[in-house]
Amino acid sequence: MRQLVVIGNGMVGHRLVEAVLSRDTAEPWHVTVLGEEPRPAYDRVALSSYFDGAGEFDLRLPDLARHGNVELLLGEAATALDRAARTVETSTGRTLAYDALVLATGSAPFVPPVPGRDLPGCHVYRTIEDLEAITATARAAAARDDTAGVVVGGGLLGLEAANALRLLGLQPHVVEMAPWLMPRQVDEGGGAVLGRLVAETGVTCHTAAGLAGIEPDPRGGLRVLLGEEGPGQERIDAGVVVFSVGVRPRDELARAAGLEIGPRGGVAVDSACRTSDPRIYAVGECASTQGTVYGLVAPGNAMAEVAAENLAGGAAEFTGADTSTKLKLLGVDVASFGDAQGETEGALEVVLNDAPGGRYAKLVVSDDASTLLGGVLVGDASAYAGLRPLVGRALPGDPLGLIAPERGGAAAGAGVAALPDDAQVCSCNAVTKGTVTDAIAQGSTDIPALKACTRAGTSCGSCVPLLKNLLADSGIEQSKALCEHFAHSRAELVEIVTATGVATFSELIARHGTGRGCDICKPAVASILASLGGGHILEGEQAALQDTNDHFLANLQRNGTYSVVPRIPGGEITPDKLIVIGEVAREFGLYTKITGAQRIDLLGARVEQLPAVWARLVEAGFESGHAYGKALRTVKSCVGSTWCRYGVQDSVGMAIRLELRYRGLRSPHKLKSAVSGCARECAEARGKDFGVIATEHGWNLYVGGNGGFTPRHAELLAADLDDETLIRYIDRFLMFYIRTADRLQRTAAWIEQLEGGLDHLRAVVVEDSLGIAAELEEAMARHVSGYADEWRGVLEDPEKLARFVSFANAPEAPDPTISFEIERDQPVPAGPVALGMPARRGASEPAAAGTA
Amino acid sequence: MSTPTLPVSSASLWVAACGRDRLIRERGVAVLLPDAAQAALFRTHGDELYAVGNIDPFSGAAVMSRGIVGDRAGEPTVASPMLKQVFSLRTGRCLDDPDVALATYAVRVRAGVVEVCSRPGEAGV
Ligand code: SRM
Ligand SMILES: Cc1cc2nc3c(=O)[nH]c(=O)nc-3n(C[C@H](O)[C@H](O)[C@H](O)COP(=O)(O)OP(=O)(O)OC[C@H]3O[C@@H](n4cnc5c(N)ncnc54)[C@H](O)[C@@H]3O)c2cc1C
Ligand code: SF4
Ligand code: FES
Repeated sequence: MRQLVVIGNGMVGHRLVEAVLSRDTAEPWHVTVLGEEPRPAYDRVALSSYFDGAGEFDLRLPDLARHGNVELLLGEAATALDRAARTVETSTGRTLAYDALVLATGSAPFVPPVPGRDLPGCHVYRTIEDLEAITATARAAAARDDTAGVVVGGGLLGLEAANALRLLGLQPHVVEMAPWLMPRQVDEGGGAVLGRLVAETGVTCHTAAGLAGIEPDPRGGLRVLLGEEGPGQERIDAGVVVFSVGVRPRDELARAAGLEIGPRGGVAVDSACRTSDPRIYAVGECASTQGTVYGLVAPGNAMAEVAAENLAGGAAEFTGADTSTKLKLLGVDVASFGDAQGETEGALEVVLNDAPGGRYAKLVVSDDASTLLGGVLVGDASAYAGLRPLVGRALPGDPLGLIAPERGGAAAGAGVAALPDDAQVCSCNAVTKGTVTDAIAQGSTDIPALKACTRAGTSCGSCVPLLKNLLADSGIEQSKALCEHFAHSRAELVEIVTATGVATFSELIARHGTGRGCDICKPAVASILASLGGGHILEGEQAALQDTNDHFLANLQRNGTYSVVPRIPGGEITPDKLIVIGEVAREFGLYTKITGAQRIDLLGARVEQLPAVWARLVEAGFESGHAYGKALRTVKSCVGSTWCRYGVQDSVGMAIRLELRYRGLRSPHKLKSAVSGCARECAEARGKDFGVIATEHGWNLYVGGNGGFTPRHAELLAADLDDETLIRYIDRFLMFYIRTADRLQRTAAWIEQLEGGLDHLRAVVVEDSLGIAAELEEAMARHVSGYADEWRGVLEDPEKLARFVSFANAPEAPDPTISFEIERDQPVPAGPVALGMPARRGASEPAAAGTA
Repeated sequence: MSTPTLPVSSASLWVAACGRDRLIRERGVAVLLPDAAQAALFRTHGDELYAVGNIDPFSGAAVMSRGIVGDRAGEPTVASPMLKQVFSLRTGRCLDDPDVALATYAVRVRAGVVEVCSRPGEAGV
C-alpha cells in the first residue's frame, strides 16, 4: 500500500485523514499520523468550554484509530525530514518512509520577549495541558488570596482567556497594546462599544498599554508592569498571567528541510496545497497560501479537503477563504464579515453608533453604494446571518435600513429571496441557498428537518434565522396553532392564562378560542392550569380535560386495564415497602415488573380496583408516581458516595431531594432526571431532561437529554454548583420550560428551537438575562408548597372516588371483555389484542347484536 | 339507521344508567347492557346526552367512555383514549376512518334518571 505520513494531529490534520479515508481510490493510502500531543485530536475551537465543565471526552473528535488503514502515533513528534530518502525521523528514534507527506503542524502561541516571561505562573493558551497548568496556578493563587489574573492580548483569544480566568474565580485584567480590543476584527467605533460592554462583565481593560515586564512578587505571585519605568508605571498584582498575543506557524521542520517559506512565515503552498516539494503538502495554520496564513479552522478544513482530493488523484484548488466570524465573548456579540476594515479602494462606510444602548453596526459598501463589501456588528449581531451572504452582491435597499434597530428583524430577512442559489447561507458547513431550497422542496419543512438533511445550522447556529426566512419564503407557514380550537401556541396560552388570570377551560375557549375543544387542547390547557397551581387535577371542570391516564391517575393498557406505579424517590426503597408492593400485587392478581426507570409497575388493575389498590399503597406510605402524567417522572440515582468506591457526592440523597421537590409538577411533556455520584455516570443522567453529575467541587447540571425516538445527550448548563445553586438553577430551568415550550415538546427540542439555543438558556438561567429568575423561583416555590399527593386526594373525596367504577349501573361488575392468561407465572392480557387493526363497520357491534 | 324488530315502547328496552346529576359535563360513563353488551354514555357541555358503543373498534378494549369529549367543526365528538381516533357522538362514525363506526344508542331521562336503550340504532322516544 502507498504510505502517507501526516505530521500533526490537530483539528486540520484530523480532518485531512478523515477526508483521505472518505475518498475511494484504486490504490488506498496507509496513513501514519504523528501527533506531538499526548492525546488524539480534539476540538480546539471549543477549548474554553473546558472551563465550563466540559471534559476531555466532550472535546474529542471522531476516533481515527478505529480505521484499519490508520496508525496513530501519539506523544511522538517528527524531528527531521529527509526529502531525498523520503523518510521522517521521530522523537522516539523511529524512521518512517513515505510516498506522500502532509504537514499539519499548526502554530505555536507567540510570547513577546519581555523580562519575566518564563516565570512560573506565566502560561499560553493552546492545548489541554495549557489549560490544566492554568487551572493549577489559579487554584494555588486563590489559596494565597491572589484574586487577579492578567491576559496579555485583547484579541479574540485573549477575551476567551479572560472569560476562562473569570470562570476560575479570578478577577481578569486584559492588557492590549492597540487603542481598542479586537483590533483585527473591529474598527475604532466598534472597539469603543466593545470595551464598554466587556468592562460591564467585570473585566478590567488596559488598552493602549505596553507590557514592560513581569516580576515575581514576594508573596509568591507575579507583578505585571505596564508602560515606561517611572512614577507613571502601572502595576497589577496577579496570580496568573496568560499570553495571548498571536501565533506563529510551526514551519521549523520545513525550514530545516529546505522547503520554501511564505513571506510572513508558514510553509509556502500552491493552490493544490503542495509545497515546493511535490510529494509534500501543508494544510491548516502552518501553511501559507499566496502569502496568507489563516488562523481559523474553516480555511484549514477547506485546505484539508483540497489536499485529500489531490492525494486521491483529483485536481482541487484552494482559492482563499471567508474569514467572517460571529462570536459571543464574555456574553457580548461580535461579528465581522467581508472587508470589515474598509480596505477596498473607494469604500464608503455606513455607521450606526448607539453607545448608550451598547450597540454598534457598520456596513462597508462600494463607492457607488450599490454593493455590500463587509461590516462589523458589536453588541447585537442578529443581523449577521442576513448580511453575510450579501457580501459582494447588490444591496437590497438603503444600507442604514439594514442595520437600524427597529428593522433588525427585517435585516435578517433582507434580500434572502433576492439571493442567487449559489450564495452560501451557512458558512460553517458551506451550504448554499439552493441546497436549502431543494431540501425544502423535497419535504424538509421545519428547522430540525433542514438541519438533519443539509447540515446547515448545526454548528454556530447563526444562520438559523435565515433558514426560517427561507421556509417562510417557500410559503411554509409554521403554524403555531394548537388545534382547530385555538389559534395560539401553548406558550401563548400560558401567557394569556398568566396575564388574564383565566382559571377554567370554558372561560379560556369562550374568550380566546372556538368550539368545545378536543383531545389536543384540553389536556394541554389542563397541564397549563395545573402547573400554574390549579389545585387537584380532578377538581371541578378540570376533570373533563384530562386524558384517561390523568383521569384515573393510572396508565391505560391495551386491554382496558390500568397500571400502577408508586413513587420510589431516587430508586431507594425499604424492604418493608417492597414487601407491601408484593403483597398488593398478590392480593389483586397484578403482573409486576421493574420499569426502565428504577421503580415497580403493577399492571392489570381494573378501574374499579384502583381505589382499593391505592388505599393499601397510601397506607404503607406510597404516593402517586405520576407515570400517567406529563409531569416529573423519576429522578434516578446511583449509589454514590454512600457506598461506591468512586462516589464523590451523595447522589441518592440529592436524587431524593430533587424528586420530592419536583414531584407532581405538570409540564409540556414528561420530565425525567437522574443524579450520578461521579463522572462514571451510572445513573445515565446525560440521557435525561435534567441530569446532575457529581464533581469534586459540587454538581454539574446538564439539560436537554432524552431517550425515546430521537435520543439526545444532555448538555452542560453550569458546572461545580453547590446544592442550593443547583436547585435554584433547576427551578428556573423547569419553570422557563413550562412557560415557553410547545405541547409535547421535550426539553431537547425546546432548547433547539429557542432563539440562541443553549447559550440563551444559560443566560436566562445563570445570568438572569431576562430578569425573570425571581418570578420563576417563586412559581416553583408555589408548586413545592402546594404539592399534595393526588391519590390521597382522591381517596379522601367521596365524589372523586365515585368515578372509579366499571359501570354507572353496576359499579363493581368487572368488565366482561377483560380476561387474563398466565405467562411465566404471571397474569397477562388474553385478548382483546387487535390494537391498530380496526374492526370494520358493523363488526364492532357483536356484543350488542341479538340483545332482546 | 336499522330496522327495529321490537316495538320501541317496550319497557324492557330501556336500561337505567344513573341519576342525571352523576354525569359530569364532557365526560362519559360505561353502562352495562343485557347480554354483557356495553354502552358509553356522555353528557356534553350543552347538556345533550349521547350513548355509543363502549368497545373501541380499533383496539377491542371497552374504553370509549373514558375518552375526551369535544367537537370537530361543531360536531360533538369523543376521542378513543387508546389510539386517539375521533368519533362523532351523533352518528357514531369515526371521523378519521370512514369505514369504521360505533353503534349508537338512544338515551332518555325519566324522573331524573338517565336511561339507555339497550338496542343499538333504535330511534329515541
Ligand atoms: C413502564 C415503562 C416500560 C417498562 O416496563 O420499563 C414504560 C412504558 C410506557 N412508556 Fe416509556 N416506559 C418506561 C420507561 C421509559 C424510558 C426509560 C426511562 O425513563 O429511564 C424511556 C426513555 C427515556 C426518555 O423518556 O427519555 C421511555 C420512553 C418513552 C417514550 C418516548 C419519549 C420520547 O421523548 O421520545 C414514550 C412516548 C411518549 O411519551 O410520547 C413512552 C411512553 C410510554 C407509555 C406511557 C406508552 C403509553 O402511552 O401507553 C408506556 C405505558 C406506561 C405504563 O405504565 O403503562 N416512553 N420510557 C417504563 C416506566 C418507567 C417509570 O417507572 O416511570
Ligand atoms: C482557545 C482557542 C479558541 C479558538 N477559537 C476559534 C474559533 O472560534 N474559530 C476558529 O475558526 N478558530 C479558532 N481557533 C483556532 C483553531 O483552533 C485553529 O485554527 C485550528 O486548530 C488549526 O488547526 P491545525 O490542525 O492547523 O493546528 P493545531 O490544531 O494547532 O494542530 C497542530 C498539531 O500538530 C502538532 N505538531 C506540531 N508540530 C509537530 C511535530 N513536529 N510532530 C508531531 N506533531 C506536531 C501540535 O502539537 C498540534 O497538536 C481557536 C484556537 C484556540 C487555541
Ligand atoms: S456514577 Fe460513580 S459514584 Fe455512582 S455508582 Fe457509578 S461509579 Fe459509583
Ligand atoms: S453559519 Fe454556522 S451553523 Fe450555519
